[in-house]
Amino acid sequence: MHKKQINKMATAGTVESNDILIMMSKGEGDINIELESIVEKQYGQDIKKVIQDTLLAEGITDVNLVAKDKGALDFTIVARVKTCIERGRGEADEL
Amino acid sequence: MNYRTLLFIPGNNPGMLHNSDILGADGLIIDLEDAVALSEKDAARDLVREYLTSFKTKTDIFIRINPLDSPYFYEDLDGIKDLNIKGIVLPKAGIEPMVKLDEYLKENNLDFDIIALVETAMGLELSLEIVQKSDKVIGVFLGAEDLTLDLGAKRTKESKEIEYARSRIIATAKAMGIQAIDTPFTDTDDMEGLRDDTLNAKDLGMTGKAIISPRHAEDVNKLFSPSEADIEYAHRVVEGVKVANEKGLGAFSIEGKMIDKPIILRALNTLKLSGDYKEEYDEILK
Repeated sequence: MHKKQINKMATAGTVESNDILIMMSKGEGDINIELESIVEKQYGQDIKKVIQDTLLAEGITDVNLVAKDKGALDFTIVARVKTCIERGRGEADEL
Repeated sequence: MNYRTLLFIPGNNPGMLHNSDILGADGLIIDLEDAVALSEKDAARDLVREYLTSFKTKTDIFIRINPLDSPYFYEDLDGIKDLNIKGIVLPKAGIEPMVKLDEYLKENNLDFDIIALVETAMGLELSLEIVQKSDKVIGVFLGAEDLTLDLGAKRTKESKEIEYARSRIIATAKAMGIQAIDTPFTDTDDMEGLRDDTLNAKDLGMTGKAIISPRHAEDVNKLFSPSEADIEYAHRVVEGVKVANEKGLGAFSIEGKMIDKPIILRALNTLKLSGDYKEEYDEILK
């Protein structure tokens, strides 16, 4: 997979039931995932793995990612991460 | 397959997508158009892709793409072309959009059906010409909310303002031998209104109805299904034709009523709708 870079802050998804809100920004050399979930105790590690696998499959190795999960299934997590990557790949915003 | 019900599912709603296959509709229309905010078109495409590649659905899936005059028409098509779906609902159906969609499907060797959503005055008046622009069209679908806006008509529950449009759509569908799909009834709580509206549409000749709530699926399916008496009569007609054919008779009667070709065709259609149709009936009128 061709390596991709997150160049600007991006979000995808919602905090509605069955969904997950993903926020990404440029990382500091590796993948950093911060997860808040209504099912964190039971599925926290699984959710993080789906996020991590999707990032790697899409060529992202350098990102800070915050996720707020409301019971999303895997297909939703993968979709929201992919959308967020595409949104974050644009030109960096000028301050 | 004749779709008695086609249920709209918003393309950017994970919970509804995940449950869509068990809601009782004959077909689903996953919506990338009006149900999705402009800022979320990309997210909806991604979500629908992941859903349809993760789950094998039993219900036939159609996707309503965005119209040709939007920036998303080709983005939608590129995003869904390799998905396992039955077909595409073309909004704001017109001659150019149908030609462009047909070209795209042929260039990409896609075996998708098309349902033409007629929702403009021009689309209504040209509906026969529009559906003739592609041999992939299996149905013509009246979108009354946008149409009445275009006509400057007041939309009412009685729907007198769309009687002409319904009849025009039905005539187009019957002329082409395709399905005539009625506009949704938008009050999700008024079940009596739903039944009246569905019966009005069915009596005019509609063969199915789009719905926006899963609560409407059971009633609309029932109303578009033939009654037991209809099915029983259809069986008697078909048996009568078989006997007449065996005896070399040109015509016969049931309960004193002459059975002619339109009645036989109606009986065969009833059996198709009821699921009692057998392959051997294909030969019955030959």
